[in-house]
Amino acid sequence: MLHSTFDAIETLLFVPGHSAPAKGAHIRDGIDLKRTMITVIVAMMPVLIWGLFNVGYQHYLSLGVNEGFATMNNMLFGLSKSLPIIAVSYGAGLGCEFLFAQFRKHPVNEGFLVTGMLIPLCMPPDVPLWMVALATIFAVIIGKEAFGGTGMNPLNPALLARAFIFFAYPGSMTGENVWIADKPDGYSGATSLSNLSAAESVPVDGNWLNVSGWSVGDMFLGFEPGSLGETSVLMCLIGGVILFATGVGNWKIMVATFVGGLGGGLILNGLVAMGIGADNAFMAVPAYYHLLMGGFAFGAIYMATDPVSAAQTERGKWIYGIMIGLVCIVIRVFNGAYPEGMMLAILIMNVSAPLIDYYQVQSNIKRRLARAK
Amino acid sequence: MDKVINLKKGLNLSLTGQASGFVRDKALSATFAIKPTDFTNLIPKLAVKAGDEVKAGDVLFFDKKNEEIKFTAPVSGEIVAINRGAKRVIQEIVILADKQIKFKQFDAKSSISKGVDSVKEQMLLSGAWTLLRQRPFNVVADPNAKPKGVFISGFNSKPLGADVNVMLGSENANFQAGIDALNTLTDGHVHLGLPTEGAINSALTNATNVKKHYFNGPHPAGNVGVQIHFIDAINKGDTVYTMSPQDVVILGRLFNEGIYNTSQVVALSGSEFTSNCYISTPKGAQIEHLISNNLKSEDARLISGNILTGEKVNKETYLGFYDNNLTAIPEDTSPEFLGWLLPTYERPSASRTFVWFKRLLAKGRAEGFNVNTNMHGEERAYVVTGEYDKVMPMDILPNQLIKSVLANDIDKMEELGIYEVVEEDLALCEFICTSKMPVQQILRDGLNYIQIEA
Repeated sequence: MLHSTFDAIETLLFVPGHSAPAKGAHIRDGIDLKRTMITVIVAMMPVLIWGLFNVGYQHYLSLGVNEGFATMNNMLFGLSKSLPIIAVSYGAGLGCEFLFAQFRKHPVNEGFLVTGMLIPLCMPPDVPLWMVALATIFAVIIGKEAFGGTGMNPLNPALLARAFIFFAYPGSMTGENVWIADKPDGYSGATSLSNLSAAESVPVDGNWLNVSGWSVGDMFLGFEPGSLGETSVLMCLIGGVILFATGVGNWKIMVATFVGGLGGGLILNGLVAMGIGADNAFMAVPAYYHLLMGGFAFGAIYMATDPVSAAQTERGKWIYGIMIGLVCIVIRVFNGAYPEGMMLAILIMNVSAPLIDYYQVQSNIKRRLARAK
Repeated sequence: MDKVINLKKGLNLSLTGQASGFVRDKALSATFAIKPTDFTNLIPKLAVKAGDEVKAGDVLFFDKKNEEIKFTAPVSGEIVAINRGAKRVIQEIVILADKQIKFKQFDAKSSISKGVDSVKEQMLLSGAWTLLRQRPFNVVADPNAKPKGVFISGFNSKPLGADVNVMLGSENANFQAGIDALNTLTDGHVHLGLPTEGAINSALTNATNVKKHYFNGPHPAGNVGVQIHFIDAINKGDTVYTMSPQDVVILGRLFNEGIYNTSQVVALSGSEFTSNCYISTPKGAQIEHLISNNLKSEDARLISGNILTGEKVNKETYLGFYDNNLTAIPEDTSPEFLGWLLPTYERPSASRTFVWFKRLLAKGRAEGFNVNTNMHGEERAYVVTGEYDKVMPMDILPNQLIKSVLANDIDKMEELGIYEVVEEDLALCEFICTSKMPVQQILRDGLNYIQIEA
């Protein structure tokens, strides 16, 4: 019964000493899936640590106390809110994985090491723990195991968990009350994204600061409320550089998503300049704001680059990334009900990725056939 | 004709144990053998039995599906054993060699001028035809096929590969005769792939009657399959012939001297050899004889062929027919504590997730890696994408191709170009695979499946 569990713990502690088969390549690259996953987790550390400080900082700010950002109180508060979520996420998810591995008689795969960390990073700090557990189990069973386990999932499991809570328990996922932990009722917990999406008119002097509530610097560095991982664009970019430097994260998807988002914003700005859409102030928000607000940077660097659910051909990855950026902007600006479009954009493109790949494969096939003539 | 083809994708592995450039002449091994299992999809029919005396060039067995194709003895002597394996499959036909090889005489000296039928006849009779292979499928060439070209790769880019320049030595006349013979076999051309850097043996630079193509780039630029792709790619229904340069020399000896003389140069590479040198020996030498007193440890893995594509062998068996390389590397089955996290001993990696402080300096980077057979991980489902494409210079989607084989989808396999590749072209994909998939075996299964179904 517990063979899978024993095997999982043994392979966690020891890289197994298998030797190459008798025919084929007799030496192998030092990389394996565990090392890849650990690299992604290392890349998530800057985001996590900043988020922990930020949870505490925003909480104390809402109480009227501002002792600075990098204080021990902030970190301790952040840990008290986040560690339970992380523990529940890993516990529920790995429990599911171990059970499935036992029933299906295959080794426990390392895929959940990354998903288990991504789920807490995209949750609001105050989310009820039972919801996290439910969402994680949903993501592992429906999102991954039902399709065949690691390497077979069409959708990003972490985003599935978030989408589950988003649609099943929207009050816990959106609105002004969820992004700051334990805040007093009178204090506004609005983020820059919610402020700007609710904007009624374009500021005449072009200065959006009063409308958004936070300066561009704050948005970039990460001093505003948000989920655990998405607030600091700078930390996301540092994570992105780590993923790029080690070759583990695909830089094409990251760059393409930013390009798509920027392009989408510029198109909307252009439309406003031409006089279309004057009634939708959100359209006039400067294009680069979109890259700094909400979960755009976090989604672009960590969620969109999940290799299994993304497009798998090299050219397809460009199209995939650009479409994610564009769809995100479109959902944000034109749909009042979903101020945060990144999660939905990535899920939509996950479903479309096989189609993108299909056309890339077809063009390869057509080139080969044309050569035969 | 001096067109240079630049290849960007690929990977050069710098490993310890490269064979260095001098050739040792060795006394003849006591026994030699031809292994029918070296020839893909061959069903042999024996023409000799234990106790028969043969000369070099006498028939040992022939192809059951095409009795014209004969496999002949590499040396003269007495057949001491015909070893069979499971299901009575013939594994080895062992010959106890004479001290002086006696060669059967073939009337081949004027065949080239007489044209293709005479050339084919002599090649088939002498067994030299089996030196020729065809693509797709990498089987012994079919004499009735109409190949659109014959392709020879004049350099070896594989890690710890045998150096073609050393192997050709000064066999210019025989190499040219081989080329001339090959020219008669096709209405197209004989193509020779050459490197842009490094010294090239004069047999190659002075070769006439060939089209020369220059390739610049990392391994697998030296693979004949990659070269074919860029010179004149194989489409569905096409056939091409391939031959290794050293086998061209053996072919040339048939037409210059009238004998089937398989004497060739074999490289001993790998860190487990005390001396990485070249040895001159006929084909089919016993491994024990090739390694005598040269091995550092008894546990080493012996590989007949290249470190990325060869077959594991033990001392009692014989070098593969098409192999000119014997590799010995340490076997390693020890588990590593927290190996995926902690820094451990050095190993090559195409990913940048390893930092070896020694190699941060240019001097440290110049040293080769000591490698062993450890898989460094377990087999998993495909997760990472894009890594195969980095080492596949051909316009082929390797990931999608392997998946179509796993799905037994013949149409997709054909559409994605399975006819253009054989195992050695995907060897680097197997090396760098994060999910430790047996890529070459999967490809061979796909090729066999097509041959059975189609």
